[in-house]
Amino acid sequence: MDLAQTFSAALPEFILIAVALSLVLVAAFDRSSESEAGSMKLVRSLSLGGYGLAFLSLLTLSSEQVVLFNGLFATDGFSLYMKGLVLLGAFFASWLVSDGWGEGIDRPEFHLLVLMAVLGMLLMISAHDLIALYMGLELQSLPLYVIAAMRTNSLKSSEAGLKYFLLGALSSGMLLYGASLVYGFAGSTAYADIAASLSGDVPVGLTVGMVFLLSGLAFKISAAPFHMWTPDVYEGAPTPVTALFAIVPKVAAMTLVMNVTYFAFSGISVQWAQILIALSVASMIVGATGAIMQQNIKRMLAYSSIAHMGYALAGLAAGTAEGATGVVIYMTTYVFMGAGAFSIIMSLRRDGAPVERISDLSGLSSSHPLLAAGMMVVMFSMAGIPPLAGFFGKWYVFLAAVNAGLVPLAIIGVLTSVVGAFYYLRIIKLMYFEDADAPLDEGLSRQNRLVLLTSLAVIILFFLGIGQLAGTADTNVQAFF
Amino acid sequence: MSTTWPLLSVITFLPLTGVLFLMLVRGSEANVATNSKLVALWVSGFTFLLSLFLYFGFDPNLSGYQFEEQVDWIPGAGISYHLGIDGISMPFILLSTFLVPLSILASWQSITHRVRDYMIAFLVLETMMVGMFASLDMLMFYLFFEGVLIPMFLIVGVWGGAERVYAAFKFFLYTLLGSVLMLVCMLVMYHQAGTTDIPALAEFDFAPALQFWLFLGFFASFAVKVPMWPVHTWLPDAHVQAPTAGSMILAGVLLKMGGYGFIRFSLPMFPEASDLFAPMIFVLSVIAVIYTSLVALAQSDMKKLIAYSSVAHMGFVTIGIFSMNEQGIAGAMFQMISHGLVSAALFFCVGVVYDRLHTREISAYGGVVDAMPRYATFFMFMMLASVGLPGTSGFVGEMLVLVGAWNRADWVAILAATGLILGACYMLWLYRRVVFGRAEKPEILELEALSGREFMIFVPLTVFVLWFGVYPSTLLDIMEVAVRDVLGQIGPVQTALR
Repeated sequence: MDLAQTFSAALPEFILIAVALSLVLVAAFDRSSESEAGSMKLVRSLSLGGYGLAFLSLLTLSSEQVVLFNGLFATDGFSLYMKGLVLLGAFFASWLVSDGWGEGIDRPEFHLLVLMAVLGMLLMISAHDLIALYMGLELQSLPLYVIAAMRTNSLKSSEAGLKYFLLGALSSGMLLYGASLVYGFAGSTAYADIAASLSGDVPVGLTVGMVFLLSGLAFKISAAPFHMWTPDVYEGAPTPVTALFAIVPKVAAMTLVMNVTYFAFSGISVQWAQILIALSVASMIVGATGAIMQQNIKRMLAYSSIAHMGYALAGLAAGTAEGATGVVIYMTTYVFMGAGAFSIIMSLRRDGAPVERISDLSGLSSSHPLLAAGMMVVMFSMAGIPPLAGFFGKWYVFLAAVNAGLVPLAIIGVLTSVVGAFYYLRIIKLMYFEDADAPLDEGLSRQNRLVLLTSLAVIILFFLGIGQLAGTADTNVQAFF
Repeated sequence: MSTTWPLLSVITFLPLTGVLFLMLVRGSEANVATNSKLVALWVSGFTFLLSLFLYFGFDPNLSGYQFEEQVDWIPGAGISYHLGIDGISMPFILLSTFLVPLSILASWQSITHRVRDYMIAFLVLETMMVGMFASLDMLMFYLFFEGVLIPMFLIVGVWGGAERVYAAFKFFLYTLLGSVLMLVCMLVMYHQAGTTDIPALAEFDFAPALQFWLFLGFFASFAVKVPMWPVHTWLPDAHVQAPTAGSMILAGVLLKMGGYGFIRFSLPMFPEASDLFAPMIFVLSVIAVIYTSLVALAQSDMKKLIAYSSVAHMGFVTIGIFSMNEQGIAGAMFQMISHGLVSAALFFCVGVVYDRLHTREISAYGGVVDAMPRYATFFMFMMLASVGLPGTSGFVGEMLVLVGAWNRADWVAILAATGLILGACYMLWLYRRVVFGRAEKPEILELEALSGREFMIFVPLTVFVLWFGVYPSTLLDIMEVAVRDVLGQIGPVQTALR
């Protein structure tokens, strides 16, 4: 494979690298100029342009499978789709930050770190080898640890960063341990070779390795019982960072889980299905019940994201093409619901200071009708009420679960979604049924409005495109089978 | 009536376009309020006129579905955008499109804040209701069925009474819990049959063991909606807290979704299980009829009394449906339509006096007839229709149900008939305490007479209740073929019974 082909297949990654590196230079040299705001603007536009360009470059790539770098890296229709989703989410998150958000994060480093994290996510998605997987994962995680602690004058933010880092390191350790066991028993780190070694009698060590590997990954998608860091980090991190956490990294991590289970370990699907079922049930229950008592909206959304991962895992546990399609659809809706929710949360300020208590939403419908209506749509969608987008994600994952004979899993899923509906409704209740105590600031910035309206349009009109999307997802996931 | 243009889709989604118009309304708050009301009234009125085309274009002698529209929605998966009506769904669509403009008129003065949002909620609700009755695809049916929750939750929660939050949550979570169990069953059915098309599913033979579970799942959903005893407790709360128009629609249309679901899904798709569970449903229904009637007797709140009476009347509906014979099902259908008109009118009766005195306590009234004779007349007519006086629509439905029940299991008919007596007791007692007697309280004497707008709401309701009571074949002729179709799908079980 010659250089040109390499460059073209990994074009989005190279674009991000180039933009990131030039950002370093811009940030370093432009810093000295008198107008800091002007320099920030340049950095912002550069990073946004980078995502946009990388996204566009995806469209030029073929959906045939291309393997690069001695089998470390592969692209196909599925990975392209997931990359597109990640880039879109990253664009949303960065676009939201550019809304003059203070909290000490509006610095060039922030954008640079996010770029590097997104690059890591793209590598994760394309990883076709345990070593590439680990490299991508760490390239994603390290910048995220830093930006979680970016608000240096806040104890909570530092704590969030530290907690995230320590638990993340622990999960990396487990993942590495699992990977080394897998390597030891399978004799290779390449997914394809691992898959090939899984014929006949599977050594126990390999299964144990797979379990550790999956546990490490469960940390990254914050599936219960590996979810402990999520609420604290969501709460402690500066809100734009939380938005990023809520929208993007889970898409990449979920893709990784899919790659590992559906491709590398497809031969022992009975074993990993058990683990995924356990993770899924635990996440749905923890997510649904944990959110009820929360007072902080970021913590609540953290629990809600745990529950969402539980639902997605239910589709994954089915181990069928249908399940994979379900997960793809679920993650698609997840990105837009997250973007919509955070575009609203980031608009809530009182006297210029951001608010994040759930009770601050009281009476929002009379002071900010658009925000309240938007939040209501997002909440109903997250609760899975049709005809909004969230319902279709649930329909597909539970359909896959039922078709795979996992009816009890689907029943647990729908029951927890009723419990979940309670706390989504609580927010709607506050916004619509109660009066405001202290008014919030007027207005909604241009950036937030764009993200909000885009995600609302997708959420509300999702049913129009569901046939199309299901078809695309279906073709894309065929690579696994 | 040619079907070259998608009449059903237009009727379904026309109210939604009204929402777009409502969003465009600009101006001062008072202007917005007035214009919103007008837009909503015009849009829903026009929707009703359009739905009349359904009535006149409908050929009652044809079996199967008419005005069908089918477009691929999720290609290759057996899921399509499929609308169509038969003699069972058509009356419900007309009932919905008929009651919505009346409800909007009924809220004309009682809704004073967030009028625009209120009208949006009502129009969205109308689309969901009509779409649900017109859907011939299970997934679409579910979308609309669940979608109803969103506007209704807001109507109760934003414009309701003092305990509205509790009532709205209870309503939402009860119905959601029922629906999600139905959803799981839908997934299983889709897995089995490979399609979500309702006519295709009705032909599909589900294994009896599977039917058992599927029936229970659907039962969970429809029983909550109907509502059957003992899952009826959300209904009195929701009714008491909802604004007048909300109660009208809730009793008028939303309660019918459960009965409609039983006829559309449970009977034709799980005939063996329906047969198996029929005794259980009879027991629950008889308890509903007798117990809730007794509870209604003890109420001191007018709305709560009528809400409990709705549960009792719906008990007749479930008895009729699970009699699984022509009289029973037709009677249940008739009873549902009749109850839709009568209970909407009764809730409006409460709303009329509530708007004037701002209380629903029965003891606060007495001698209303002195101040509002015309109101007393309408109220009496509707009260008698609710009791099932011959000559009103209430009589036809109840009688057919009892005949159907007698043919299936005589003890059910005997026990259910006691509900008629109890019904007469609480309704007549309510009427006596509110309307008759001497008006001793000074505020009663100063009650304003019925306004022209209120008169305009009562008249059409009264006309239809009387019409269906005197000339029931208007409705029965439409339903006849469709009911036979359903019985044909039940077929084998039916013969096994006899």
